[in-house]
Amino acid sequence: MRLRRAGASALLIECRDGDEVEAWRRLVTTRRDAGDLQVIDIVPGARTLLLDGVAPGTDALLAAWPPPSPATSAPAEGALVEVPTVFDGDDLADVAGLWRLSAEATIARLAATEFTVAFCGFAPGFAYMRGHGLTVPRLDAPRPRVPAGSVGLAGEYCGIYPTASPGGWRLVGRTSSSLFDVRREPPALLTPGTRVRLVAA
Amino acid sequence: MITVVRAGPLTTVQDQGRPSYAHLGVPRSGALDGRALRRANTLVGNPSDAAGLETTLMGCTLRFTRAARVAVTGAVAVVKLDKEPVSGVIEVPAGSVLEVGRATRGVRSYVAVRGGIDVEPVLGSRSTDTLSGLGPPKLADGAELDVAGPCEADLPDLVDDIVIADEVELGVWLGPRDDWFAGNELFENPYQVSPMSNRVGCRLTGEALRRVRRDELPPEGLVLGAVQVPADGQPLIFLADHPTTGGYPVIGVVDDVTPLAQARPGSTVRFRALH
Repeated sequence: MRLRRAGASALLIECRDGDEVEAWRRLVTTRRDAGDLQVIDIVPGARTLLLDGVAPGTDALLAAWPPPSPATSAPAEGALVEVPTVFDGDDLADVAGLWRLSAEATIARLAATEFTVAFCGFAPGFAYMRGHGLTVPRLDAPRPRVPAGSVGLAGEYCGIYPTASPGGWRLVGRTSSSLFDVRREPPALLTPGTRVRLVAA
Repeated sequence: MITVVRAGPLTTVQDQGRPSYAHLGVPRSGALDGRALRRANTLVGNPSDAAGLETTLMGCTLRFTRAARVAVTGAVAVVKLDKEPVSGVIEVPAGSVLEVGRATRGVRSYVAVRGGIDVEPVLGSRSTDTLSGLGPPKLADGAELDVAGPCEADLPDLVDDIVIADEVELGVWLGPRDDWFAGNELFENPYQVSPMSNRVGCRLTGEALRRVRRDELPPEGLVLGAVQVPADGQPLIFLADHPTTGGYPVIGVVDDVTPLAQARPGSTVRFRALH
């Protein structure tokens, strides 16, 4: 773990991998809820955790804590959300080809994966989910419009578009689940740390 | 009730924004020149979190169905009530038309009405977020706005309007990714505000910042004022509607972005190191 400054009132915790980010996210959230830490936003990234709106001296406070160990923290702590998914995406055959699997085996692999939301970004409610253990390159040119509810893969992540938008992820399926609703608390269905299963519908 | 007679190119409802949802991908949003909106609110007796209007370069024109107390701050612009120039705290009679003119210095005017603009709050804020589309749509000609009743609240101290200058000097904390860049070029060269700037970010043009690391940066959290440097080396300073995570290295963080809310395209920006 290494601390980097991000302005007068923010710190970036740099981690080895996504597991360490998740371990730090849980620790920092627990400490904030217990009143040990003052922070406005806790924003996980792929390899970092941003603490925005911290008090002076927070860097010393973090350095004094025993670092969380991903190996000893419970892997299945977050809520489990099942997302009914129709696996008929336009890029399913391409993904199967990249993975050297049949389309059926590709779907089976995705449906058998327990994903964890690593971080959000790009749009409100867009979650970067880890867990399928393979990577997929982005499309060379993004599609001008990806329909809301599209399930896509890019890099090591799986994501679901909350609203229609341009996008370069390879589409493997779709869901009618509501990913983001401002009348809900929290408004995002898939929040950092949430476990997710794409259940074939 | 207020009727929008002339909306201008980009007039939006803004308050002090929606913090603490960044982990869900929700931008903070809020007035770009938060100081000017707070001042306008104070002048009319509103709490500092009341919603007002933020105009862009060309002002706007409003007709008031009921009498109202109004203040306009921010950019230097002629304000007229029924075609007569006015300033300070403006008592608007029922049926009158208030025109906020074109900005002659600065970019954004803030219009506060006693009681505050009453639109449905979204995640605790009435701000329009131009990146994610949360909050009310930008104002259109003919739109109608409600005004909330005055509320009794502790009033903030009257803050000064910023002095709008053609040259902006910004204090910058280096990091988190300053080690991806060569030397101290950020502090050595002046930059110009690009016309491509908006509520998401202020784009600058000038000497390209040279990278010493060429690898891809995995996406990480972004703060207000982050100076992000994309592949072309031209810095972009994130403002209120900035994305919450991004994949280009951030060389430093601007201490106070308020002056950028009023920096017109072509104005000069210089950076000063903070320690």
